[in-house]
Amino acid sequence: MFIDFGFGILVLTLAVTLFSIAAALYGFYTGSPRWVESARRAMQLTFPLITLVALALIYLLVSGHYEVQFVYSVTSNEMPLYLKITALWGGQEGSLILWAWLLAVFTSAVTLRKWDRDQELLPWVIIVTAITLAFFLALVIFFENPFARWWILPDNTPVAAMFQPSGAVPAFPNNGEGLNPLLRHPGMIIHPPMLYLGFVAFVIPYAFAIAALVTGRTDDRWLRLTRRWTLIAWLFLSIGLVLGARWAYDVLGWGGYWGWDPVEIAAFMPWLTGTAFLHSVMIQEKRGLFKQWNMILVILTYSLVLFGTFLTRSGVLSSVHAFAQSAIGPMFFSFIGVTFITSLVLLFHRWKDLTATIEMKSMLSREALFLLNNLLFIGVLIICFWGVVSPLISELATGQKITVGPPFYERATSPLWGALMLLMGVAPLSAWGKSTFTTLGKALWKPALLAALTPLMLAALGMRNWVALLGFTLVALVIFVSLHEYWRGARARQKAQGEGFLTALARLAARNRRRYGGYIIHISMVIMAIGILGIEIFQTETQRNMAIGDQVELAGYTVRYDSLAQFPYSDGRFVTRAVMSVFKAGEFVDEIYPRYDLYPGGQPMTIPGVRSTLVDDLYVVLVNWENVSATQTPFKIYHNPLVNWLWIGSGIFILGYLLAAWPQKENG
Amino acid sequence: MRLKFILGGVAILAAIVFLIATSMNASAEYFLTVDEVQARQSEIVGRNLRISGAVIGDTISYEPDSLTLTFVIAHIPGGNREIEAQGGLALVLHEAVTDPTRTRLTVVYIGPKPDLLQDEAQAIVTGQLGDDGIFYADELLLKCPTRYEEALPEQALEN
Repeated sequence: MFIDFGFGILVLTLAVTLFSIAAALYGFYTGSPRWVESARRAMQLTFPLITLVALALIYLLVSGHYEVQFVYSVTSNEMPLYLKITALWGGQEGSLILWAWLLAVFTSAVTLRKWDRDQELLPWVIIVTAITLAFFLALVIFFENPFARWWILPDNTPVAAMFQPSGAVPAFPNNGEGLNPLLRHPGMIIHPPMLYLGFVAFVIPYAFAIAALVTGRTDDRWLRLTRRWTLIAWLFLSIGLVLGARWAYDVLGWGGYWGWDPVEIAAFMPWLTGTAFLHSVMIQEKRGLFKQWNMILVILTYSLVLFGTFLTRSGVLSSVHAFAQSAIGPMFFSFIGVTFITSLVLLFHRWKDLTATIEMKSMLSREALFLLNNLLFIGVLIICFWGVVSPLISELATGQKITVGPPFYERATSPLWGALMLLMGVAPLSAWGKSTFTTLGKALWKPALLAALTPLMLAALGMRNWVALLGFTLVALVIFVSLHEYWRGARARQKAQGEGFLTALARLAARNRRRYGGYIIHISMVIMAIGILGIEIFQTETQRNMAIGDQVELAGYTVRYDSLAQFPYSDGRFVTRAVMSVFKAGEFVDEIYPRYDLYPGGQPMTIPGVRSTLVDDLYVVLVNWENVSATQTPFKIYHNPLVNWLWIGSGIFILGYLLAAWPQKENG
Repeated sequence: MRLKFILGGVAILAAIVFLIATSMNASAEYFLTVDEVQARQSEIVGRNLRISGAVIGDTISYEPDSLTLTFVIAHIPGGNREIEAQGGLALVLHEAVTDPTRTRLTVVYIGPKPDLLQDEAQAIVTGQLGDDGIFYADELLLKCPTRYEEALPEQALEN
């Protein structure tokens, strides 16, 4: 009953969404506010409707209706309740429902606001969001139906379909396959919704941009209206990416956090354009420059969000090979293609209106440096995109399939990351309009001098890798410049207002939240860079077959293999768990428990034993292998210097973000 | 002023193209089938290759002390489409292993022996071809089509 109910509401939602598009179009072209109002109410109705759909699906998941193919494929009797609920986004069908639900939430929120001054944008905001929503609903209804049931055909083969195929009888399995064990991790429970929140929230700025292009209201009103949406999208996308990295580090057991897999890159690309957009909107707000460029960025971000959803929708295990077989591939590509080209046509139509009235005057001005920042982000984007599509392109061009791995991305992007760090150090000091080497040098020399001490210190400590020395110098430069800015601002206030230093500091940050929050975000980024430089450049590893009592040494640590236990666990998995003692300079420091769990159905999960400190992580993997025994246990041991700073930096990032984005009165 | 900006933009674009080109040269991996490896042996020695083939179970040998794993793979078609056209991955792998006329390639990999390394698994190995005609893999990925089949199990049919 819930199956038909859920599906029925789903179809109804699509009908309401289509009505909304038609009503908004009619209202716009006839100039009838009543029809636009009707379209707006219809869009608001989609939120409760899709909520019902999601609830029906969650009910099916929780109550074990395995006759539903989706339920069968992501849950099982052994799974705890919270996993059954979160299994909603454990598969492709459910995650598309989640996507549609989030879009309905955001669209309802945006249509609920007061529109008096921006009435003319409303119909097109509705049309763009509704078309996107309709696309996802249609995908779910026609191609990836989460309510499809199992049927047994007369020739005894099972088939999944919504409606009874002729002669078929319904099948009622009494247990499901269960969620992929790799996804049964706290990080995996919140990582996909975070990423999706980020993805979907970017639809709103895009909808306003298109509305501005269609209606010809090409001032920066659309930017101001969507600033908060952009920030929210960016926050969640960032958190989603970091959680994914953390999950990979904790669960995948290959010693790293980021593998330049196409799926990861797909989620990373909208972040790149989104970050560029976040910076360049400031130029438009302050100087009225870059109007066309901002449009291009928001259009690109929207397309990349769709592309990212398409590549990531089925979770970890989808790869370039998996999606080719999915029915929704061509649909996605067509939709991305059509929206992208339509958007560009609209943009060129308004190109002249968007031309800036002033010109950039100086190569060192703040706006010129922001432009450089944007070009660098786009550079990274181009490299990533090239890496993802190179197998396709090379095969078409030469018949020889060429892929690129992590070394490609690392080599090609690292100079750009370096340049971006340098910009983070320099750009905050340059002035709007006009800057010269002299003015810039004056502001820069003190922090730069301090930063220049860093490589000397590190070299004295024995660091000889020049990439690392350069990297850490840039990290120091950004930190010193940002702190110096805080100090300078607070000093000036202290003098002018006669406040105490701390009061001055607090008020300074509170009055210019975006700027001073931004500095903290810059600091958080380079603190993350410390972790990345540490693990990328100084990671060492060894692998060994060990018997109990054996010791192995790595990077000043001695790891002793103490014991091994193998036992079945209540939920059906079989656990193999080693106990190891870690010694540093002869002293016992910690005990770690690398293990691997074999789930019924043969799916393994490797959980490393990690001793984590601010200086380094010792990361030991019990390699998943059937014939593990006390006398022959294969281990991989990694020494990951400084990697903890990656996670610490993420925490600081959120603090900086909260400072920058905390609601503040408009004229602040 | 305008000219300066255009020149700057062109310089950045050129730098990005340069970065892509040099990094491609250094780290590109060429997808080859076992047949292609055999045919082009002389020109591909030392390059980064990625090769897919069917694992022949009897040939797997493992030296636990040195973690040296040796096995032989048999030729299978490269493209997903061809594999589908020939009846799916499981069938293609089975035929490759049972057909003694197929081209074969010996692979050496240093590392723990993965569970999934078994007869009729698909191995995707990344590494270099040595002068001795043996493939030295840095990375070993395995797929077992029979293991993760997504069909309704027997118990459902009985109900």
